Amino acid sequence: MTEIPEHLLKRAKAAREKSAESTSGAEGSSAGDATSRIPAELLERSKAARAGGGVAVKDAPASPVVAAPVAGGVPVGAGPGGHTQRLLTVVKSGSIQDVKAVPVDKVHVWPHLLSIEFVAALACTAFTFMFSWFVNAPLLQAANFNQTPNPSKAPWYFMGLQELLTMFHPMIAGVTIPGMGIILLIFAPYLDRNVSNKPEDRKFITSLMTVHMMFWAVLTIISSFFRGPGYNFTFPWRDGIFFEL
Amino acid sequence: MSSIVDETPRPTLKERFAKIGEQVQGSQAWSSIFRPGSIFRKGYTDSPRNRSYVVMNSVLYHLHPVKVKRHAVKVSYTLCLGGLSFFLFILLTITGIFLMFFYRPAAANAWDDIQSLHTSVTFGLMVRNMHRWGAHLMVLSVFLHMARVFYHGAYKAPREFNWVVGVILLTLTLLLSFTGYLLPWDQLALWAVTVGTNMMGYSPIIGSQVRFVLLGGTEIGAETLLRWYVLHVLLFPFVTVIFLAIHFWRVRKDGGISGPL
Repeated sequence: MTEIPEHLLKRAKAAREKSAESTSGAEGSSAGDATSRIPAELLERSKAARAGGGVAVKDAPASPVVAAPVAGGVPVGAGPGGHTQRLLTVVKSGSIQDVKAVPVDKVHVWPHLLSIEFVAALACTAFTFMFSWFVNAPLLQAANFNQTPNPSKAPWYFMGLQELLTMFHPMIAGVTIPGMGIILLIFAPYLDRNVSNKPEDRKFITSLMTVHMMFWAVLTIISSFFRGPGYNFTFPWRDGIFFEL
Repeated sequence: MSSIVDETPRPTLKERFAKIGEQVQGSQAWSSIFRPGSIFRKGYTDSPRNRSYVVMNSVLYHLHPVKVKRHAVKVSYTLCLGGLSFFLFILLTITGIFLMFFYRPAAANAWDDIQSLHTSVTFGLMVRNMHRWGAHLMVLSVFLHMARVFYHGAYKAPREFNWVVGVILLTLTLLLSFTGYLLPWDQLALWAVTVGTNMMGYSPIIGSQVRFVLLGGTEIGAETLLRWYVLHVLLFPFVTVIFLAIHFWRVRKDGGISGPL
């Protein structure tokens, strides 16, 4: 539901004050009120209706509207054209239907988004193609169960885990820590109850994520480039790189 | 006597491009392609109505809504990472299908098939390179996509569940990459997978059973190759496509992409 705009509230307040003035000034009826903008004919009709015990209508602007049950069969206060409807109240849009208060600034997907996607896809293909042109995928000797390469390394995205294996029991390094990581990641939206997405309101969670990612990045880099034969610590500039992608 | 120096200013780059554009659009080829009844059944003139029809009348493009929020098309917000991950998935599917024609998942043949793919298949080496580098790139882009979403706080309500689907997709991407790693059946593949699967065996309760099922035995062997091949070319892509569909559908149901900050 939208809130009632301020200017409408002001207008209603002014009208209420005005009606209070007019009722205190002229007792009962305000038919002779010069300030009233209601035509004299209508006011007369409403007076007649009240006298006849019919439907009560407003006799002054913004006074509460009361609908009493009709006593007779035919409404007394029918207009000159025989109209029997009356304007009881005005329902503002947004008070019943949910109307969008602020229109959203939108653009057509074609050409604004599709052209960007096309260029991005083209650039991505070009990059992969050119990279593949110059760098060949590795193919070592055929698999041999009797000859373990030294060092043996996992694919790069599991290298952080392999590095952890040097510090902890495999149960901790290979299962518990990555398992906890995945579970925490999945439940992140349910654990982080801060509703704001403004960077200044999320300093703690963004630093936590950054530290977490740096932790894995450092482990991966050490494992990839600083581990040589026997998985011992080496310097890549001294002993060379033991890393295949 | 009139000056022999040409007084007219040299056309700017913009004017030259405008002229080229006019020439192209005035050419026979252009007007026959965009003639009503040709590729575009009713011809194409740029109007809001036709812009909507481009999206609505295309089975592929109507993954998108007709209109999106203006900030959603800013490259600096998304860096195209989600879209590129999906595009790389398509690229990997296409190159992967090509590779399947030349590869037999048997211990006796696998390495020789890759070797002959390099030496005697036209574009074989090229396509294999693209498949491998594309796979590494996809792992990277999916990971960066996750980081981007996290730093924008885009996992918050109402997008919590789509984040969960996203984490599952990240795991599936890693599994796709890891199962493909074994298939060349060279020393790198065999021992990298040995290191990886040894860790798996330490999972409590079900660890050794899961490992036995995945390896087709207690150690990596010929059965492992066949199993991982089926996982790599059928099961994981199948599951990934399902989760991708849910992921894209939820993006739209949750009111488009998040932001602006």
